[in-house]
Amino acid sequence: MEKLSVEQLKAKSKLVRRHIVEMTGAAASGHPGGSLSATEILVALYFNLMDHNPQDPQWPDRDRLILSKGHASPALYAALAEAGYFDPKTLKDFRKLGSPLQGHPDRRKLPGVEASTGSLGQGLSLGIGMALARRLDKKNYYTYVITSDGEMNEGQTWEAAAMAAHHKVDHLIAFLDDNKYQLDDATKNICDMEPIVEKWKAFRWHTIEVNGHDMKQILQAVEKAKKFKGGPVMIIAHTVKGKGVSFMEGNNAFHGVAPTEEQVQKALKELE
Amino acid sequence: MGKATRDAYGETLVEIGKINPNVVVLDADLSKSTKSVLFSQKFPDRFFNVGIQEANLVGVAAGLASCGKIPFISSFASFLVSKGFDQFRMSVAFSELNVKVVGSHGGITVGEDGASQMSIEDVALMTSLPGFAVIVPADEVSTRSLVLEMAKHNGPVYMRTGRPKVTIVHKADTDFKIGKGIRLREGKDLTIIANGLEVFEALEAAERLAEDGISASVIDMHTVKPLDTDLILEEAKRTGHVLVAEEHQIWGGLGSAVATFLAKKHPCKMGFVAIQDTFAESGKAEELLEKYGLTHPHIVKTAKKILGR
Repeated sequence: MEKLSVEQLKAKSKLVRRHIVEMTGAAASGHPGGSLSATEILVALYFNLMDHNPQDPQWPDRDRLILSKGHASPALYAALAEAGYFDPKTLKDFRKLGSPLQGHPDRRKLPGVEASTGSLGQGLSLGIGMALARRLDKKNYYTYVITSDGEMNEGQTWEAAAMAAHHKVDHLIAFLDDNKYQLDDATKNICDMEPIVEKWKAFRWHTIEVNGHDMKQILQAVEKAKKFKGGPVMIIAHTVKGKGVSFMEGNNAFHGVAPTEEQVQKALKELE
Repeated sequence: MGKATRDAYGETLVEIGKINPNVVVLDADLSKSTKSVLFSQKFPDRFFNVGIQEANLVGVAAGLASCGKIPFISSFASFLVSKGFDQFRMSVAFSELNVKVVGSHGGITVGEDGASQMSIEDVALMTSLPGFAVIVPADEVSTRSLVLEMAKHNGPVYMRTGRPKVTIVHKADTDFKIGKGIRLREGKDLTIIANGLEVFEALEAAERLAEDGISASVIDMHTVKPLDTDLILEEAKRTGHVLVAEEHQIWGGLGSAVATFLAKKHPCKMGFVAIQDTFAESGKAEELLEKYGLTHPHIVKTAKKILGR
């Protein structure tokens, strides 16, 4: 796919945010907060960083993306639709009976979805498997995983962390969408995982910290990550939950609650 | 006495490794016990020891499968199935990925190590996952053939192997297919359906019953899912009495599967030889089989009860 410039990526992010608000509004359910925090990461990946082909979703040499935080499915679906995997008109069927746009991603139903997720903590392990298959097949693709600060609570995350470092799994680049909240409250009030960067370092991952809403920083971080050989990379992206919609930013009420029709209109105005 | 089913698994894995370069093997620090160590010695580049971690083991295998590899993963059944269950559910079954799972040290014949190491619920858990085939082989002959069938089967499969050496009950040239039971003995009064090492106990029981003038069929129902319902129906219609024997918790095992089918299609008198909703304990394998009601005298007693003799 043609790589978009930073300015074009910013415009695409706005479009993806509009889809997220409309989709969750129309479904009257879904997770807008964590979708909005992951928007720039997904847009940077699908419209600049990843080598992929929407006309051939199973292309064996493609870069892979696993959305481990599966509840951010609206952001993934919006990015896939904008990239050309399916008609953006389908987005309005999000969460409806019979729709391929399931509440959480289902690889059997929608082209471009690499992994079925929704039970937190499973994505890194899947990514390790894909990266090991690359090594065995002597291919050059990269596997990307988007995980979250909430998922840092899960034991499987740390099983994967230890194993990937020990087996020197490279061509594996993970993003930690660190939006500082989980369902019940701020992560620091539920099960504080700080110091998180030091944890990944201690697990022998190469770490990079970025502002997860700064396109330039995201692009540069992945460029650096690709230069790092012989092990996995964790990009800790500091983000704002609900980013881009004033009344959703840092407001955990929108973790798993959709905007009302009135709120949708208000949000769309802000995203013009 | 033949080999343990886990030995037959390990040896067959090496054979598959030679034929199919896409086969990869993963273990969670128990390869010397599950016998996947044999593959690791032959094909070190296609073997991954993940350490003592079952959830990640399953997820990594699913990732490999999504890229066209055929991963065989092994650990003790007790840890692999319960600790990896959500990963089997989400990353394998729901994702429709071609992962082959072999849980060793199934049942109570683990022996001296005690209840924490004994998987008595693995069949219940794994049959509950849509798309999973579930196999409990009886001896080394059937294990070898069924491991080869697993590799050819397109979709996730769970196989339970056992720790102790077991008597060979099958002829070397028997044709094994996933989902097809094997009739080892044909009778007219009663059908004993068994899997795992209970097949041997069932054959012994049939001998004793014959001495008392009772003619019993013995079926090795090595595949619990998909269940060979044609064979069950044929037997139930002919003998009218069905006894199911398994080294598994009575809730949710082969007995439950057979009973659910027969309740719909051909209700008949049934008996169940299984672990009666309890955990076992340390002891010698044969002592445990006796104490927990799984030896052939228990099958004979249950058979006579349902036959009213």
